[in-house]
Amino acid sequence: MMNANETYEHILDCKGVYKSFGGTHALQDVQLQVKKGEVHALLGENGAGKSTLMKIIIGLQKQDAGEIFFEGKPYNANDPAEAIRAGISMIHQELNPEPYLSIAESIFLKREDTFHHTPFLNKKETNRRAVELLKQYNLNMNPKALMESLTLAQMQMIEILKAVSCNARLVIMDEPTSSLDSEETERLFKTIRNLKEQGVTIIYISHRMEEIFQICDSYSVFRDGHFIGTGKVDQISVNELITMMVGRKVENIFPKVDCPAGDVVFKAEGLCGKGFHDISFEVRAGEIVGFSGLVGSGRSETMRAIFGLDPLTSGKMYLNGKEIKIKSPRSAISKGIAMINEDRKNYGLCLFRSIRENISLPNLPARQKGFLLNQRREKNECRVVAKTLTVKMASIESQAYSLSGGNQQKVVIAKWVMASPKLLILDEPTRGVDVGAKSEIHALMSKFASEGMAIIMVSSELPEVMGMSDRILIYHEGRINGEVMRADILNASVNQETILSKEFGGR
Amino acid sequence: MNKKQDTRVLGMDQHDLNIFMKRYGIVFVMLGMFVILMFASPNFLKTNNLINILVSVSINGVLALGMVFVITAGGIDLSVGAMLALASTTIGVVLNLTGNNLLACLAAILICGLLGFVNGVLVAKFNMFPFVVTLASQLVIRGLGFVISGGYSFALANPKFSQIGLGKLFPLMPYPVIILLVVFMISYILLHWTKFGRYVYAVGGNINAATASGVNIFWTRTMTFVISGIFAGIAGILMTAKINAAQPNIGVGYETDAIAACVIGGASFAGGVSTIPGTLVGIVIIGLIYNGMNLIGIESYYQTIVKGLLIIGAVMLDMTINKKRG
Repeated sequence: MMNANETYEHILDCKGVYKSFGGTHALQDVQLQVKKGEVHALLGENGAGKSTLMKIIIGLQKQDAGEIFFEGKPYNANDPAEAIRAGISMIHQELNPEPYLSIAESIFLKREDTFHHTPFLNKKETNRRAVELLKQYNLNMNPKALMESLTLAQMQMIEILKAVSCNARLVIMDEPTSSLDSEETERLFKTIRNLKEQGVTIIYISHRMEEIFQICDSYSVFRDGHFIGTGKVDQISVNELITMMVGRKVENIFPKVDCPAGDVVFKAEGLCGKGFHDISFEVRAGEIVGFSGLVGSGRSETMRAIFGLDPLTSGKMYLNGKEIKIKSPRSAISKGIAMINEDRKNYGLCLFRSIRENISLPNLPARQKGFLLNQRREKNECRVVAKTLTVKMASIESQAYSLSGGNQQKVVIAKWVMASPKLLILDEPTRGVDVGAKSEIHALMSKFASEGMAIIMVSSELPEVMGMSDRILIYHEGRINGEVMRADILNASVNQETILSKEFGGR
Repeated sequence: MNKKQDTRVLGMDQHDLNIFMKRYGIVFVMLGMFVILMFASPNFLKTNNLINILVSVSINGVLALGMVFVITAGGIDLSVGAMLALASTTIGVVLNLTGNNLLACLAAILICGLLGFVNGVLVAKFNMFPFVVTLASQLVIRGLGFVISGGYSFALANPKFSQIGLGKLFPLMPYPVIILLVVFMISYILLHWTKFGRYVYAVGGNINAATASGVNIFWTRTMTFVISGIFAGIAGILMTAKINAAQPNIGVGYETDAIAACVIGGASFAGGVSTIPGTLVGIVIIGLIYNGMNLIGIESYYQTIVKGLLIIGAVMLDMTINKKRG
């Protein structure tokens, strides 16, 4: 049936796809053409629009405009199940297995009725088919083993088996090697080649350049929601690819106001933990140090560990020259370290409590009159802070969820400004924030720095990092892979390309 | 929000009205019940009856005021009913040994507070589900009550003890009502005026954000169970004085009424949302259901049905007012 009338040139053909969220355009007139039987790399910086397009293809989101053709026919999926039925499966970066199902049950999950002709499950048949599949892909696994007993690499294999057993003709792999070691990666590549031989097409999303050149046939590059170019992998170099990727625009950056750096406030020596190794750096009073790197490169993980949200396995930290040990956010706060988490909803706000309560939450110990809270003082101080940060709100007693994303972020910043920390860590401070609020937040960061605060800013937007930082530390796979000074950016000896190529592991 | 000035009710715009209804909607339910009962029964408005209502809700009221701390922090305490029984038998045993009323009361409060602490540690330290922990601990606690009483009810060794239940401060105010009001005041101050109260709201509202804001999650969660235990001990004193005997089999199902009062009073099971005045209103509403139906002459079987329906109604009301909550 599959090879009956293949009159189409591209198995997947997306034309003129648009998608916007609120005011931000995630995709603008994007195209993507994938030939049958190839491994097609999809490249772009963080936020270039790759994931948005993939979500549209597997039916998690709907495009605002544009057409998609799959196997020559107009294609439109309302949910992932529909996409799978049409022949498109996605292997997500974060696998989400049912831990207590067996391998066989997991492979045929939600498709039991295709070969169960009674109301009861046919375990024998399920296992028999699983054994067949495992054999076909040379996998030495027991179909009765529980999913929770598998390694990540094995779970991923099962996901792939699941996809092919659904007769998937197009498999999308999102950073499939991000948590695999080199041996497991090799195994995965073998499987990918195996799939290719059977005529399965693969869209391969990865930040690892060497893999692209190892396994992919062709590529497409996105930047800032736009389609930039496509071609054959063997006709392009790493540097050319990076050049195509850089150049994201971030509007309305309020550039950092220069101020003299003071003494070293915070110093890290050889920090190690989950996702980062041997991280050493210092931050001075009045300095903004930018941390750039690809999503998942270990920047946020480092910050979470410094703030006490995750454990450090080794390394030393010094605040104002004295060694400090931080076991929890509570001890970090008491020492004068504050962190604005990238995950605002989960770590930033109690959405159903008032703005006042949210702002004062980390600052209550200093605002007590004996056993009781000094509520009048609290209210006044919160009002003042909210006003300096120009939070647009009906009243200080309004619930936090009534605010827009930008204003919610300002409330999060307000709560830490009120704590007047020595070191302020901002992880993606302007993510999901509208343009106006963005430049206000940038201006505030400059102001805090000029008041002598030491600031760390993690950001995935290169122009933001370059515009706001006195110094940039570049992460690659959990290690610092370079440092850039503001002067180098100002005299243009360093540009976005230099930084991005370091993010991708270049020297 | 600035542009919507069309509908003004009682001088409030839509936004204020929403907040007002969210806070005080349940008060209107209570007032409505008052009005209905006023017309339904001539005896309802008599001072005696009103005081009676307050006396009758005092035990449940004290339990509910403890329960609301636990629920606000995102938990639940099913062990308070069993704690009533343990408090009662503890009082009986201590009175038998010493005859000292004060000592007996302190012992009851202490032991219930201690068991609350155990509940709290199991929940907060070992991350066990509060429902399961207290479902199990109530069995242990009730068992303890039977063990120390030998399984029997017995008379109190100090006849003055029953005065706690029967006595009055002024000719009008019975002690149980005064104790309820004092517990109410303490709860109000704790939840609304202290750092601890804020932490309770934060832990129930968003435990990750609370952690990242430096809140001590373990102590906050544990203390809510300690408070619930201590208040259960106080309720146990009231109950023992009222029945004038130490009994190991009392308090069965009392946790249901306490939880009901919290929910009717606007506490959300998702945590992070509740008020102490709201809880008091919830308590009074439950008292009105019992009292009103007694006055009108409705059988007690129907009373539980109405109570159940009212809880469902209250939760629905809560969900429609706070639309975004699941």
